[in-house]
Amino acid sequence: MEKLKYVIYKLTRGITLLIGLSILTFIMMHNSPIDPITAYVGGDVNISLEQRAALEAYWGIDKHPVEQYLTWLKNIVRGDMGTSKVHRRPVSDIIQEKFLASFALMGLSWILSGSIGFCMGIIAAIKKGKVTDKIIKWISYIQASVPTFWLGLLLLIIFSVWLEWFPIGISVPIGVASSDVTLMDRIHHLILPVATLSVLGIANVTLHTREKMIDVLNSEYIVFAKARGETTWQIIKNHGLRNVALPAITLHFAYFGELFGGSVLAEQVFSYPGLGSTLTEAGLKSDMPLLMGIVMISAIFVFTGNMLADILNSVINPCLKEEI
Amino acid sequence: MQDKKRGLNARQKVILTLTVSIGLIFIAIIFSFILTNENLTTNFAKKSLPPSWSHLFGTDWLGRDMLTRTLKGLRLSLFVGFLGASIGAVIATILGICAATLGKKADYIISWLVDMFIGIPHLVFIILISFAVGGGIKGVVCGVAFTHWPSLTRIIRAEVLSIKNSEYIQMAKNFGKTKWFIVRKHIMPHIIPQIMVGFLLLFPHAILHEASITFLGFGLSVQTPSIGLILSEAVKHISVGDWWLAVFPGLLLVLVVKSFDNIGEQVRTLVEPATANE
Amino acid sequence: MNQKSDILTVENLSISFSQYVKGLKTKKTTPINNLNISVRKGEIHAVIGASGSGKSLLAHAILGILPSNAECRGEIYYQKKRLTEERKVQLRGKEIAFIPQSVNYLDPLMRVGKQVKIGLPKKQANSIQESLFERYGLKKSDAKLYPSELSGGMLRRVLFATSVKEDIKLVIADEPTPGIHPEALSRILNQLRQFADEGVSVMLITHDVVSALTICDRVTVFKDGEAIETTEAENFKGNGEGLLHPYTKALWNCLPQNQFTLYKEVRSCR
Repeated sequence: MEKLKYVIYKLTRGITLLIGLSILTFIMMHNSPIDPITAYVGGDVNISLEQRAALEAYWGIDKHPVEQYLTWLKNIVRGDMGTSKVHRRPVSDIIQEKFLASFALMGLSWILSGSIGFCMGIIAAIKKGKVTDKIIKWISYIQASVPTFWLGLLLLIIFSVWLEWFPIGISVPIGVASSDVTLMDRIHHLILPVATLSVLGIANVTLHTREKMIDVLNSEYIVFAKARGETTWQIIKNHGLRNVALPAITLHFAYFGELFGGSVLAEQVFSYPGLGSTLTEAGLKSDMPLLMGIVMISAIFVFTGNMLADILNSVINPCLKEEI
Repeated sequence: MQDKKRGLNARQKVILTLTVSIGLIFIAIIFSFILTNENLTTNFAKKSLPPSWSHLFGTDWLGRDMLTRTLKGLRLSLFVGFLGASIGAVIATILGICAATLGKKADYIISWLVDMFIGIPHLVFIILISFAVGGGIKGVVCGVAFTHWPSLTRIIRAEVLSIKNSEYIQMAKNFGKTKWFIVRKHIMPHIIPQIMVGFLLLFPHAILHEASITFLGFGLSVQTPSIGLILSEAVKHISVGDWWLAVFPGLLLVLVVKSFDNIGEQVRTLVEPATANE
Repeated sequence: MNQKSDILTVENLSISFSQYVKGLKTKKTTPINNLNISVRKGEIHAVIGASGSGKSLLAHAILGILPSNAECRGEIYYQKKRLTEERKVQLRGKEIAFIPQSVNYLDPLMRVGKQVKIGLPKKQANSIQESLFERYGLKKSDAKLYPSELSGGMLRRVLFATSVKEDIKLVIADEPTPGIHPEALSRILNQLRQFADEGVSVMLITHDVVSALTICDRVTVFKDGEAIETTEAENFKGNGEGLLHPYTKALWNCLPQNQFTLYKEVRSCR
């Protein structure tokens, strides 16, 4: 029962945050000096006042902002996120299309970076102070300073241009009908973007896992385990993993936000058609409905990640169970 | 037994690393002023040259010296990053202190705001803000400034809360000092290290975000290049094989960001006694 | 001091730590200084001293679990051979057992039954664990609980249970008895005595002089990082005439059942 109350509390809080966010986004959109009509039409074209008024009415810009917002909110709840001005199609359709591509990219990167980071963190902690640890630490620190898109560029240069192992971009081979695109093709096009996106995530998990693992290895119960003759491997297996896995996973769920941001960059470098590049395009072309739609989706995404982390924490950690 | 006094102890190492990092950045900035705009004139005779002794970073498709371009771009990125980080730090300090000292309602509202802002991916938010403010440099600076304050706010709020409840604050209150006096004399000195460290650590993030957003195409015009812009232009020329257009600017960016990160970490170890004994 | 029946000999042991003082300087503290102590086969040797006098460090040094910033000098011999770090790793848990001081030495995320079973031969692990729990008065159902769900006294008994293994020759018990009610206390003391009678040596580190004296054979008194006197347990009687060092005498005499006075004499021994 306690658990359920906790979940409901978190959900409610999340929804209030999302609503607040949508209001904030809407206010920012509305106050933007960028005139959506001019942006849509293009700077050089002159349109007559009637045409402008028609466009405004069509998009509903002429109404009062609060009214606009409430209409938008009503529609969202019904699943209608408005129509993209640039693509002239419902926003929800566009998001649905691109979602799968982005999901594949982000999902794979998340799993990869989490696993690799976890293993590296544990190894670094065991070999603390020695050369292996120093190398791993050094690599992680550098990773945190490398911009995702530059790494993507490097990979592109090395693997696509010089070695010609991978295609230069997009998610499917050019000129091939979509029904003929195989899974292998998709994977082939995914490898470099996933590699790029994973790298930054690795550093995060590695450093955090390493720190937590060092804490665990220094704690008294590990000292006792050593005194009882458990080998290093036994200690890790029996005590270490359990105590470290949870903080690592929790942290990694919270990484959803950075993951999304990174995908925006990675998709740009590789011209990968996912939510990220769509967002960039919407921002550059002042496509308000699409922009807002994707912003809300990303917020929901991040919020889900955080909530999953909290729930996981409370379920697995028996000590916390009673506290809630 | 080994003589542990041999070599530098950890604190001396910190000072050394700090000096090196600051030195590097200093040199970069100075050079960006020394290298004149001459190198930036279009010169088709020198088009797309790979790195050589006269052009350390090569030249681009218009014959412009990449080293000069990169350094000038770096200076701009640093400036925008600095502005963004400073504004962010100021906002965080004010909000953090307010949340901790102005009572439960203020705390609740501010914490709720922090949670809300933390829930948005940074880049997405920067795009949003940039758009909302109308683009251009203003957009980029605002975007970077308003994305980073939440986490620092949380830290400052926690620090102030823990100080607030300690005894010497209670004594000051008993002596009838005003809230403002307490904030100024007691709380500020205590949190200044945190703010400093927070700012120094914000800085590299701000620079990276600035580079990212200009890479995507927001904000800056072609005349005032920042590293992000240089890199986005490089994308178009990669397939032709001009790899130096992308590698060197990025490398320099990494070095600079890393140096600032270093500086922040070192200052933190100097300031926080808990990690000082490692 | 290398008598034939010594199983453990500690010679000139010194342990020091370095800390940062102001700015960039470091300072050394030496909690244990030129310590000499030995444990005979099949005896219970009590190490008695005030809390914080470094007794636990001695235990940790023998087991090779000192923190990494500790510097160690001197020699430790086990069964007449030098106890190197490699030997410590091989012997601990198998021939040398450790009963630690605080209940934080148990893994908070693992059920206690499982923790007792670690290191036991797989086939008999369950039955051994069940008989151990019975011996120390723990319920069978307690095995499924986590450390946070047991009382302090029960946790102490669990700690005890983790140390009993087949080939144990030396048990180092660090403060095994604070906070236990008398029945459990006597169970533990009896167990230690049983160890000794079966030929297993016990180094009992404690500040509970009275309990220790009920079962031990020899006593070493610890003060300021040094062993100031080693004597037979029988000498602790009457007014402490058989005791040599004034601190030891004062320690004996200031117990409640003795004169309860001489507190200032204890302080004047510094």
